Amino acid sequence: MTNTPVRDDAPPTTPTLQQLAAQMPESESPTKRAWRGRTRSILKHAGLILFGLIMLYPLLWMIASSFKPDALIFRDPSLWPSEVTLDNYTEGWNALLHPFHHYLLNSAIIVLGSLIGNLVACSMAAYAFARLKFRGRNLWFAIMLMSIMLPIHVIIVPQYILFSELNWINTFLPLIVPKLLATDAFFIFLMVQFFRGIPTELDEAARLDGCGHGRIYFRIMLPLSLPALATTAIFTFIWTWNDFFSQLIFLTRPDMYTMPIALRTFIDATSESSWGALFAMSIVSLIPIFLVFLFGQKYLVKGIATTGLK
Amino acid sequence: MSVVTELGKKKKGPSAYRKGDAKAAAFFLAPWFVGLFLITIGPMAASAYLSFTDYSLLEAPNWIGFENYTRMFEDPRLLNALKVTFLYVFISVPLQLAAALALALVLDRGLRGLAIYRSVYYLPSLLGGSVAIALLWRQVFGADGLVNGFLGLFGIQGEGWVSHPDYALGTLMILNVWTFGAPMIIFLAGLRQIPQMYYEAASIDGAGKWRQFTSVTLPLLTPIIFFNLVLQVINAFQTFTQAYVVSGGTGGPADSTMFYTLYLYQKGFASLDMGYASAMAWLLLAIVAGMTAVNFLASKYWVFYND
Repeated sequence: MTNTPVRDDAPPTTPTLQQLAAQMPESESPTKRAWRGRTRSILKHAGLILFGLIMLYPLLWMIASSFKPDALIFRDPSLWPSEVTLDNYTEGWNALLHPFHHYLLNSAIIVLGSLIGNLVACSMAAYAFARLKFRGRNLWFAIMLMSIMLPIHVIIVPQYILFSELNWINTFLPLIVPKLLATDAFFIFLMVQFFRGIPTELDEAARLDGCGHGRIYFRIMLPLSLPALATTAIFTFIWTWNDFFSQLIFLTRPDMYTMPIALRTFIDATSESSWGALFAMSIVSLIPIFLVFLFGQKYLVKGIATTGLK
Repeated sequence: MSVVTELGKKKKGPSAYRKGDAKAAAFFLAPWFVGLFLITIGPMAASAYLSFTDYSLLEAPNWIGFENYTRMFEDPRLLNALKVTFLYVFISVPLQLAAALALALVLDRGLRGLAIYRSVYYLPSLLGGSVAIALLWRQVFGADGLVNGFLGLFGIQGEGWVSHPDYALGTLMILNVWTFGAPMIIFLAGLRQIPQMYYEAASIDGAGKWRQFTSVTLPLLTPIIFFNLVLQVINAFQTFTQAYVVSGGTGGPADSTMFYTLYLYQKGFASLDMGYASAMAWLLLAIVAGMTAVNFLASKYWVFYND
């Protein structure tokens, strides 16, 4: 049901009977009909654009407000700043205990570790499930699928106890090591699905040429799975960058704060009147996601359509 | 799931296992096995055990039997958290899916600029879970926020929506509906799979647009609706960030945005009542599993499989 590729912007098909029928004159002349069709299409586009604007308005307004002096943000719903200033950015950057590049760097380290973990560990497990025959494979596969559905809350308390026994609280280890151990099982599933689509003849030929599993995995499966790896990388990036719950629990010392945690403490640290600085830093925190969105759209859309990721 | 049955079909004796496969499998699965037992199954077992104790991180756990579980049903704040979460799920998820389906229908097939519209509508789904957007929401629906700024243009004096117990939860529901882009993309993919000839046949039989929608599109789309429903319900039950940030970590005003996960966090990591938090986590798992099971059972009566 879900793994059929999505055809984007399908080329115009030959006219259907219905469309042919629509073209036949009934009571109206063809020109009148065409004119009506055009009006309808313009109205539809106008409606869609208006709706899009309403949806994105809060975002656009946040961007505009980040360039407005604080006094103007309040109760000013317009997008156009009457007075442009960069003060919010300079003020926000240094509003907390550490400058914001400190928090950006912390987030980046966790993202990088998670990327490596999910790409390597999940693709390895996926190779075993997709290509190797071993006892209990179906059972382990079912367990893997079930672990996807497990709410993190069920295991967070003992995990916290475990990591605090290891003295890992206020380090990045609780956030990175689980990814190196393929606990984001969702991506195993995604890659198993993809690996299954790669013809087995390829690895059988390689096997005849004397390749072991290591080389088949590394030289054949991985290079052919770049779309799946890209989807994994993109979603790992976005989820880790946005992650709040586990970072809130495992990182409590200000010098370990990541972007989301730092942003949240902004409200306590500064008075509510410095919305401009808060908006400026919020935008800084959203820029990486926006860039991934711009350059990774193809994989994002495919990933969601085939698996239901958020 | 179809994947499992597909695997199961290839019934072969041990002789069919290729030599070396087992060894290789042990190698490739090693990280996953370690993670499964140390990070997932181990903590699950520990959590089950702790849920029968009074563990508080500072002192050794004492076995107290079912006390945590009986206590849950007498805890008015927990019952309130359940009510808030169920309200949120039952109102915002159907609205979100309705918006997703409506837009997917409008965007379907051959529309000029489809890719751009799709991106614009999808963007909020990517950002919706972030702290930055939750903070934005806090401002937009605040007393001096964007919404009231607009209302002010019409001379209406708005409430401080996020600080009013009657409206705060509503603002979070709007936030969830705002992220309809992801299910919309799944709907778009589903709509593409409905063969055009069905519509032609229906049209020859004299079915109008509405009739085509109710008799062709909707029945053939039910598996996708079902898929989206299960997914979004599971997600919505575990909402945390938005409630935490918008309410400043309190779940207020007057516990009106005290989501279940937020209460669990407060119990486990603020009051260090970790035994109780573990019991709460198991109730959450039971609810999520139960809701999923109900969805699957109910699907027999309304989901139409074409094969």
